[in-house]
Amino acid sequence: MNYVEENYDVLVVGAGHAGCEAALASARLGLNTIMFTVSVDSIALMPCNPNIGGSSKGHLVREIDALGGEMGKNIDKTFIQSKMLNASKGPAVHSLRAQADKKNYSQSMREVLENTENLTIRQAEVSELIVEDGKIKGAKTFSGAVYHVKAVVLCTGTYLKARCIYGDVSNPTGPNGLQAANHLTDSLKALGIEMYRFKTGTPARVDKRSIDFSKMEEQKGDEKVIPFSFTTNPESVQKEQISCWLTYTNKDTHKIIMDNIDRSPLFSGAIEGTGPRYCPSIEDKVVKFADKERHQVFIEPEGLYTNEMYLGGMSSSLPEDVQYAMYRTVPGLENVKIVRNAYAIEYDCINPRQLLPTLEFKAIKGLFSGGQFNGSSGYEEAAAQGIMAGINAAMYVKGKEQVVIDRSQGYIGVLIDDLVTKENHEPYRMMTSRAEYRLLLRQDNADLRLSRIGYKVGLISEERYNSVVRKQENINREIERLEKTKVGASGRIQEFLEKNGSTALKTAASLAELIRRPELDYEKIAEIDDERQPLPDDVINQVNIEIKYEGYIARQLSQVQQFKKLENKKLDPEFDYTVVPSLRKEAVQKLNLYKPLSIGQASRISGVSPADISVLLVFLEQQKRKKEQQK
Amino acid sequence: MGNTDTIAAIATGVTNSGIGIIRISGEDSIEIADRIFVPFKKENKLNNVKSHTIHYGYIKDNDNVIDEVLVSVMRKPNTYTRENVVEINCHGGITVVKSVLDVVLKNGARPADAGEFTKRAFLNGRIDLSQAEAVIDIINAKNEYALKSSVSQLRGSVSSKIKEIRETILEKIAYIEAALDDPEHIEMNGFGDELLLTIKSIKSRLEKLLNSADNGKVIKEGIKTVILGKPNAGKSSFLNALLGEERAIVTDVEGTTRDVLEENISIHGVSLNIIDTAGIRDTENIVEKIGIDKARKMAEDADLIIYIADTSKPFDDNDREIIDFLKGRKAIVLLNKSDLEKEILSEDEKLIETIDTAYKIKISAKTGYGIEEFESAIKEMFFAGEIDFNDQIYITNARHKQNIADALESIKMVENSIENNMPEDFFTIDLMNSYEALGKVIGEAVEDDLVDKIFSSFCMGK
Repeated sequence: MNYVEENYDVLVVGAGHAGCEAALASARLGLNTIMFTVSVDSIALMPCNPNIGGSSKGHLVREIDALGGEMGKNIDKTFIQSKMLNASKGPAVHSLRAQADKKNYSQSMREVLENTENLTIRQAEVSELIVEDGKIKGAKTFSGAVYHVKAVVLCTGTYLKARCIYGDVSNPTGPNGLQAANHLTDSLKALGIEMYRFKTGTPARVDKRSIDFSKMEEQKGDEKVIPFSFTTNPESVQKEQISCWLTYTNKDTHKIIMDNIDRSPLFSGAIEGTGPRYCPSIEDKVVKFADKERHQVFIEPEGLYTNEMYLGGMSSSLPEDVQYAMYRTVPGLENVKIVRNAYAIEYDCINPRQLLPTLEFKAIKGLFSGGQFNGSSGYEEAAAQGIMAGINAAMYVKGKEQVVIDRSQGYIGVLIDDLVTKENHEPYRMMTSRAEYRLLLRQDNADLRLSRIGYKVGLISEERYNSVVRKQENINREIERLEKTKVGASGRIQEFLEKNGSTALKTAASLAELIRRPELDYEKIAEIDDERQPLPDDVINQVNIEIKYEGYIARQLSQVQQFKKLENKKLDPEFDYTVVPSLRKEAVQKLNLYKPLSIGQASRISGVSPADISVLLVFLEQQKRKKEQQK
Repeated sequence: MGNTDTIAAIATGVTNSGIGIIRISGEDSIEIADRIFVPFKKENKLNNVKSHTIHYGYIKDNDNVIDEVLVSVMRKPNTYTRENVVEINCHGGITVVKSVLDVVLKNGARPADAGEFTKRAFLNGRIDLSQAEAVIDIINAKNEYALKSSVSQLRGSVSSKIKEIRETILEKIAYIEAALDDPEHIEMNGFGDELLLTIKSIKSRLEKLLNSADNGKVIKEGIKTVILGKPNAGKSSFLNALLGEERAIVTDVEGTTRDVLEENISIHGVSLNIIDTAGIRDTENIVEKIGIDKARKMAEDADLIIYIADTSKPFDDNDREIIDFLKGRKAIVLLNKSDLEKEILSEDEKLIETIDTAYKIKISAKTGYGIEEFESAIKEMFFAGEIDFNDQIYITNARHKQNIADALESIKMVENSIENNMPEDFFTIDLMNSYEALGKVIGEAVEDDLVDKIFSSFCMGK
């Protein structure tokens, strides 16, 4: 034989944010894992924005961490600025965002991978999957090597048949000029997998020395940095931070864009892929918000040891000369020098409706996928799917029950359920509004929500899990104490209330009742809480939130109960909906296409109305009654 | 789902009205109609005619002509049941209509169960749950005006009101969420004040709907009416005069109406639930005392009180007590025994003047004098007056009432949150609850226990 032939348990295609989490999860769960990348130098590459987290994405990172993933730990080691976004708003929308030193981020992740047992890293292009009887059996590389494996996780990101475009320039490469993967798509199509073509983009990187920062607003990091990972010692992340800068586009910028809009491949039709509405290019924004006089531009450093700066908010696929002209209209960028042009990138991905909520392909056992390959966008979305796909590939190989996080348990659940259930014609971006139960799915309680799952699958240690259990006990005990401790309408209490602009007590009240008042909180009532014992900050934070927003939390919990009832009404994935006579045609089509696993999932499929669900429920009930009668 | 057979029923009321309609629905309805229909123009075999057309001819039973008819042919899916529907319009007369139905049944249709057309319409997605329930209400409705309300509910006036409110709520939710996701482009400053205005308007709209629920109850069950008067003032005689039959025991001995009698009568189409009570007076007779206690309680939550004053005797404490009780209540005063010598004192007359009602009518329960005037008074009070049947919406279904009450409760919580300066994202929790509760009224929310409800109201699967 003149080619390489090897055996592994799990094979991961891709070493981006999804691939890294998938490979680490699989290897850490004891499976012999091999991870392929077109370039070992591009492991955990951040080809777009130089930050991790942000609104709702920060939630994902914390959830990944609670499950035993790496992203949170890695950004804690490599951040150069950190900020809690929306701190003035409700706790549901607080979100961490950290600027990364890109190079350091990649390097540090690579070190972790290289030092993980059971994990082999291999630079090669996987070009073909081997499937027999609806089961994955292995994969071949372009060089002809054959790998016999039990499960495969596809995390190809934006590399499949990738093409980078600006103006009339089109390069058949992946991001940053890296080699595209041009062969796997054909193998996937031959297996009957339906492919989409999506598009995304990135702004220019410019030379720091050519920027006039005096015309911009400085954006500093938080004074007290909160780490992403629940395992990171908060002391270790208090360090000197680098600033970002804020400036704005103006009418001149917009004029240049509009004057040259016909030269944009997006509008001229040269780009066939669908772009993300929620991460639009500057030309999209100018067209969409025609009456907006300016748009924000964030100038973000790409790292500590580079002069490259990222122009956040100005991704574009306009021609090089237009890019220069429009960037130079922005205050502070009058003399800017571009290091790397902005570009749009097109790539192949799948219609994720072909996946189960476990991220396994419905039609091919043992084949899993995650990240942009599934039609999402963003590093965090990718990593979240990566860890779930990795866990479930491992569970599959071990013959254990696979794990699904539902919409009431985490943003990860919302993300995956949306992908596999809702029609999605553009790169899917996580957003706060997508999570119905966001008051329960806070970034601050991700450990309390998900550590149990991480522990059960085996990604977090017993010690770590026990500490979470202890934390929960501490929270419960303190809440109980505050509910029970009453203060009377004494002079001292009234004086305290008056001082804090709060109405006087008529009868005795519990401390919890006082915390619930809008003008008071846990910290403020310290001086009238005589039996208070010192507690860790994270416990205090939970106690305060749980008490203060108790009514809202309770109402949200009852919404979750309603949701669970419908999730628990299971549907047979083999069921043929054409036999339900009075179901609308569109509903029959959609239900047969998606084959939902529960009434709840069925109700979320676009094109299936509540009336359709009623008809379906009535039909199923009649069937059930008929069967019972026959008995 | 066993819906493929063809059903038929008389669609109009079984009365001697001008026309009667027999409705046939199901796969074979056109074929069945063709077997018994002889068109005026021979080429108009129903199988060949266009959908939604009307044809003149007659119905035969073998060789016997039964009636001259107009037949409408409506092919699926644009019909009430989304099945093939044929309607035979024949001349009224219970006998004729029933004979036509019999022929239809003989030729292959089966009699429809109560509400079965609606059940099919619902199951085939033609109407939503609220509309289906309205039809069930029609079937169960006792009086003409309950029917009208059900009909307007069926036409979707409840649905459209609810839909309007839901859309407003959804718009607000969408705005808040959009602002959460895109704070750069979507402004939140001042949004709370603006939202508060919307919330207040939604609140008052929901309150109106909910109030109509109480009216709806009146319509469906009849107006709860209590007759008060001292013993032997003529309460039972009056009731008998209305009913035209001797139901209450009437003697000249005080206190012979021992228990509470309840009668449902229809006056000009308004349904009254009249409760005849023992005379309000102090008594030591235990049997009677129970009757009186009940009467007091009944009077407490009556919609209308008819006070019968005996003008042939001076007022006693009973009268004074009743007149006091009438304060702030809807009442009609009947000055009874107008056939006898008037014996009430001028101070009694003054007392009557203090009663706040436009309706003080002289009657004689014995001769029937004034009964007509009383009946017009009822009609006036409840039609022209307080309840407008034409453009108001009545929530006649207890489940809907609960849903709307829940929606209102959530809206009040939003109001509360705004006033407490809570962050905007908190508003969406209760806005969503309100939206969902309203969705339940019009069947646009998925409910897990829906099936049970439908099965219990349609008696399906038996």
